[in-house]
Amino acid sequence: MRMRLDRRPPQTAPEPRGVRKAILLVEKRSKEAIWDCRMCGQCILHSTGLSCPMRCPKNLRNGPCGGVLQNGNCEVVPDHPCVWVQAWKGSRVLPVWRDHMTHVQRPVDWRLQGTASWENLLTGRDRYVPPGWASAQGASHR
Amino acid sequence: MSSVEARSHLHRLLLAGEFVVTAELETTDSPDPESVYRFADALRGNVDAVNCTDNSAAHPHLSSQASAHFLADRGVEPIVQFACRDRNRIGLQADILGAAALGARNLCLMTGDDVGVGDHPEAKPIYDLDSIHAIRIAKVLRDEGVYLSGRRLAEPPSYLIGAVENPFAPPLDLRPMRLGKKVEAGAEFVQTQICFNMPKLRLFMSRTEDLGLLDRVWILGGVFVLRSARAARYLRDQVPGIDIPDEIVRRMEALPAERQSGEGIRVALELVAELRQVRGITGVHLMSIKGDREILRVIDEAGLLPRPAGVEHAVAG
Repeated sequence: MRMRLDRRPPQTAPEPRGVRKAILLVEKRSKEAIWDCRMCGQCILHSTGLSCPMRCPKNLRNGPCGGVLQNGNCEVVPDHPCVWVQAWKGSRVLPVWRDHMTHVQRPVDWRLQGTASWENLLTGRDRYVPPGWASAQGASHR
Repeated sequence: MSSVEARSHLHRLLLAGEFVVTAELETTDSPDPESVYRFADALRGNVDAVNCTDNSAAHPHLSSQASAHFLADRGVEPIVQFACRDRNRIGLQADILGAAALGARNLCLMTGDDVGVGDHPEAKPIYDLDSIHAIRIAKVLRDEGVYLSGRRLAEPPSYLIGAVENPFAPPLDLRPMRLGKKVEAGAEFVQTQICFNMPKLRLFMSRTEDLGLLDRVWILGGVFVLRSARAARYLRDQVPGIDIPDEIVRRMEALPAERQSGEGIRVALELVAELRQVRGITGVHLMSIKGDREILRVIDEAGLLPRPAGVEHAVAG
């Protein structure tokens, strides 16, 4: 069976049907069960110590905020551990991706919310970089 | 570094290697410019720049852009804060441009306290961006002259880009690396969270040095001037991310109420003196709650006066 890759911009992507729906459901069920995944559609779990950054109430993708409690719990949900404290611990035992914590992650493309990141990876739809963001890559300052 | 053209008075002093002094403006809840002028007049000549907070602790107040404009009006250089809690990428870019138009030459970008700690806990928090995104976007506006979308500005704004970092909150090992990400995104100076725990600060600074960041970013240590034992307990129990050792709380509690304010000044003076000895700390950022007079006493008694002159009066334009 041939699957045609849909490279259209996300806002015009059709409702998932058939194989695409199956991919979505498998990803959703498994990643929700294992990582409490929020289906942002642009997965960076391997860069965040396998701790889903969208579980952070502030949706932080580049590290913890300054409000982490002294016991390592979240300032917003004080009886939960900070997602980024877990991410840091998780990243220490990862091979290869261990140092991906230092990567600057670009802003979230909210159009991908609820879509399958596996499909987006295949189609390249999760590689959209705002043109202004791309213009500053690697620029030096000060 | 010295060939860089200064974007602000604060920038000029930092480039010159001065130990700088910044303070936080008391929030006001009035549309009357006098509410800001009052503080501006007291601070002028005693500090190098003043932070205009952005709905601090998730309570609405006079906006940071308006406060900054009124400060600049009175010859006090503002540092305009923007939090990601209240605006998306469209609003942020408009506000940065607006602040620059109103005379702001320094920004300080942060994620922001959550709405839950404020007086509108039922509000929808935005968090379209995180602080590192905001920093990079401010840099793109300034250095590339384009919006995030790539659309060109008629004229790019000019400002020094600041950020915050908390050396005292877990995970401690990650904090210097996170500062490195902010520097990579475009932060040129950072103001730390309130420092009461010098050993943690020294550890943070030595790791920051190991990462080669000390000659890439100016770091200002945050100092809070306690006015009472109650304030110390409030910081310890109510403000997330603040590490205030019990011995400091006990030190305040050991004195009768009328002598606690003096003790708070002594604690702040000790911290300022210690911070000045830490390699890589290039200034202090003073904060308080309704303690503007106490802040001025700390600056004076720490021997930080007179401040270097040279800020032109008309910053707007």
